[in-house]
Amino acid sequence: MRRRHPTARPPALGVLPGADERRLPRTLHPLAWWVWALALATAVSRTNNPLLLFLVLAVLGYVIGMRRTEAPWARGFKYYLYLALTVVAIRVLFRAVFATGITPHDHFLFSLPHIPTPDWYAGIQLGGPVSLEAVLSAAIDGLRLACMLCCIGAANTLANPKRALRVLPGALYELGVAVTVSISVAPQLVQSVQRVHRARRLRAGRTKGLRALRGVVVPVLEDALERSLRLAAAMDSRGYGRAGSATKASRRLTGALMLLGMCGLCAGAYGLLDASTPAFLGLPALAAGAVLCVAGLRLGGRRVTRTAYRPDPWRFEEWAVAACGVLSAVLLFAGAGFDAAELNPSLYPLSWPSLPLVPTAAILLAGAAGFLAPPPLPTTAPQAAPRVPARRPEKATAK
Amino acid sequence: MITFDHVSVQYDDTVEPVLTDVDLTVEEGELCLVVGHTGVGKSTLLGAVNGLVPHFTGGTLYGTVAVDGRDTAGHPPRELADVVGVVGQDPLDGFVTDTVEEELAYAMEQLAVPPATMRKRVEETLDLLGLADLRHRALHELSGGQQQRVAIGSVLTAHPRVLVLDEPTSALDPTAAEEVLAAITRLVHDLGVTVLLAEHRLERVVQYADRVLHLPGDGRVVSGPPAEIFRTTTIAPPVVELGRRADWTPLPLSVRDARRAAAPLRTRLAGAPVPAARPPAPAAGRTRLLDARGVSVRYRGQALPAVREADVELRGGETTALMGRNGSGKSSLLWALQGSGTRTGGTVRVVPFGADSGRERGSRDPGPGKEDGSRDPGAVAATEARRLVGLVPQTPTDLLYLESVRQELDQADAESAHPDGPGARAILDRLAPGIDGATHPRDLSEGQKLALVLAIQLSAAPGVVLLDEPTRGLDYRAKAQLTAILDELAAEGRAVVVSTHDVEFVARTADRVVVMAEGEIVADGPAAEVVVASPVFAPQVAKVLAPLPYLTVEQVSAALTTAEAGAR
Repeated sequence: MRRRHPTARPPALGVLPGADERRLPRTLHPLAWWVWALALATAVSRTNNPLLLFLVLAVLGYVIGMRRTEAPWARGFKYYLYLALTVVAIRVLFRAVFATGITPHDHFLFSLPHIPTPDWYAGIQLGGPVSLEAVLSAAIDGLRLACMLCCIGAANTLANPKRALRVLPGALYELGVAVTVSISVAPQLVQSVQRVHRARRLRAGRTKGLRALRGVVVPVLEDALERSLRLAAAMDSRGYGRAGSATKASRRLTGALMLLGMCGLCAGAYGLLDASTPAFLGLPALAAGAVLCVAGLRLGGRRVTRTAYRPDPWRFEEWAVAACGVLSAVLLFAGAGFDAAELNPSLYPLSWPSLPLVPTAAILLAGAAGFLAPPPLPTTAPQAAPRVPARRPEKATAK
Repeated sequence: MITFDHVSVQYDDTVEPVLTDVDLTVEEGELCLVVGHTGVGKSTLLGAVNGLVPHFTGGTLYGTVAVDGRDTAGHPPRELADVVGVVGQDPLDGFVTDTVEEELAYAMEQLAVPPATMRKRVEETLDLLGLADLRHRALHELSGGQQQRVAIGSVLTAHPRVLVLDEPTSALDPTAAEEVLAAITRLVHDLGVTVLLAEHRLERVVQYADRVLHLPGDGRVVSGPPAEIFRTTTIAPPVVELGRRADWTPLPLSVRDARRAAAPLRTRLAGAPVPAARPPAPAAGRTRLLDARGVSVRYRGQALPAVREADVELRGGETTALMGRNGSGKSSLLWALQGSGTRTGGTVRVVPFGADSGRERGSRDPGPGKEDGSRDPGAVAATEARRLVGLVPQTPTDLLYLESVRQELDQADAESAHPDGPGARAILDRLAPGIDGATHPRDLSEGQKLALVLAIQLSAAPGVVLLDEPTRGLDYRAKAQLTAILDELAAEGRAVVVSTHDVEFVARTADRVVVMAEGEIVADGPAAEVVVASPVFAPQVAKVLAPLPYLTVEQVSAALTTAEAGAR
């Protein structure tokens, strides 16, 4: 079941990444990580089994530990974990406050003071007795959502977001550039605000209130506007937006194809994830949408004359990582070899959930990405050079 | 390579055209220096080369501009990207990506250069500009000089035939500027790139130029070899002014040429008394206005302190220049002295301006504090701190947020509420006469903006005036005006501190020089002593006439006049 690298043994568990000198460190194609993570998220959406969900979290942790770099964007996984915890907490809290009552079979946990609601608002109950079952089901629901969030977080931690944007097809290039530029401009804006705020004191201006807001906002916006104009001029001089061979008709056709395709994709995704929708809304709609989108992107991309510097290659490792994720999703969706009920164990009666063999294996398979992916490149900055925190020379606002 | 054929440029919002009937040709491989005062159309001229004027800026261009045979009328800037590379004043403004390597590749990606070629060219450019060690570094953590070299490299990878640089060193300290200029001259000599360069601090570049385009200010462009053009221009580096005063032919453009020509002058001046470079301090001055002991600044999360135990004493009537490379703690020290910035250690005591005379008259409350009425500007309210120490920040426009100069001045009067002092308008008229009250502050020139902010700060009548890098973006004329303004402030008995990289400005303006390095004060003394002894900070005249202790052309001129009068 485990795929093995043709030339190298996967390093044993616990060995530091890159310990095997025969495997050359390189960056995995960002798309591979995204496919892997999204597939795992899809698999998660299928199950309610807390044991499986915890296993997914463990697998994510293992893969991130093995293949994370030291880049700034790769340090953000803990924030996703905090977010996930918040999601669970909110879910449980709401379930406790908006209690749905308690049946004689439920295990009573505690009781909140009941707040009477007016008659016309009778549908919702505030406070009252809270059962163990209610809390557990809320927690598990929250945990599932949290797991999906962590999958996205893992993708963002493992793949450089900016490189991921470069994977965008040519037709969406402008979008990618806009996002990239705004990502790099945001810190500058923060700096600008801090600088102007500090300067306010020099004039003994107010530092609070609406007047002060104006004193900060106006210089910052003027500064940002001037800076963006200069950036636009620089990009223009460096060849950004060189004309291709697009006609008006082809642009419109591209637009129409993309719009229809997106509708198809949305409907398809909805149909696939919600079991109660008619069958044609599932895979067929998804496929049709995908075809339309690809056609639109191809058509749009034709006008673009651009090349990529050091494009990420798509090799065996990329296939392996993406396949791990997709395979685990397929196994969970196929439902072969295990009882579907085990994926969503009932809380009535309350019992310890079982760990079904095939889904467990499927999720562990996704974890194989941790050693199938090549070891990441070492920290980008040369370690020998002392890294003096460069203080940006605050520049003159000359034209 | 570049031809301007009867080119005139007219912007919609001005009556007079910026350029009128410009005819010029720049040959291949020339380093062409564009000189002129602020606002005479240097940027317009440079922008016209790659079509940013008028495609991007608006306005109307009459006539034809052709680069490498391509007419800019039919080719917008992006279609000329493979022929003309443009580098602006602040490199950070032009960066699109976030690491050095990607930035170098960006222009090539736009031009659809094949990946294999791209890879090769990036490596070559890294070596050419000495950036190989920095290839993976994030752009914002590089120093200013490194950033500017990356900016140059990022246009060079497209293999342009022409490089247009609009004041590439104005935001850099002397060392970083040397680094960038060395890179540029190397490109001219090794690759035969045609370079068009606009630069305020002529003393750094004039010796490298093959041709000078002088914009006298009436829309014309005068083109010629440097030695010829600089005989008559109103702006010239000190070495040229010295050459003009001493009637040297050919006109020396570099310190080396001037030194060789200066041997007779040196012997002539050897015995003569050296006139003072600065006006004598007012008799009333020299009282201690600010006394800082052991000031340290350490920002949160930073291992090294920005300022380490600095002792500063400022006396009235004295202009002090604060020098040192970027990031050596100059700004942090100024902000700490003013009281608005972080100060993690040490004490600052400021004697309120006019307190001495006030005590004599008995009309002014000395306030809490020591016997001399001194206070800590960091401990009092912002309004009070402002009356003790006025600071003009590095980006003066940070303080401006209203729609017109008049509103700003009225606001300043309302804020400072100094009953018996002159109003902000009166101060501004003294500093920079003739600024229309209805003008939007952003439409003022750099020098005028500086004067406006200085007037706002002076309306609170502080005894200590600090200016953080005011010379950035100022041309010779504006710098001379600034010197006059600061002299006047010092003559009133105030203590003035200017942080700057500009050694020629220091030679003319400062009585005393404080040099900082890594947050510590490494030198503190009279300007003539500190500056002449240093190979980096010595002004051109000092280099030419060493070991004679002359700093400025005015000094030499005065000495010569006395000598001539004596001979007659």
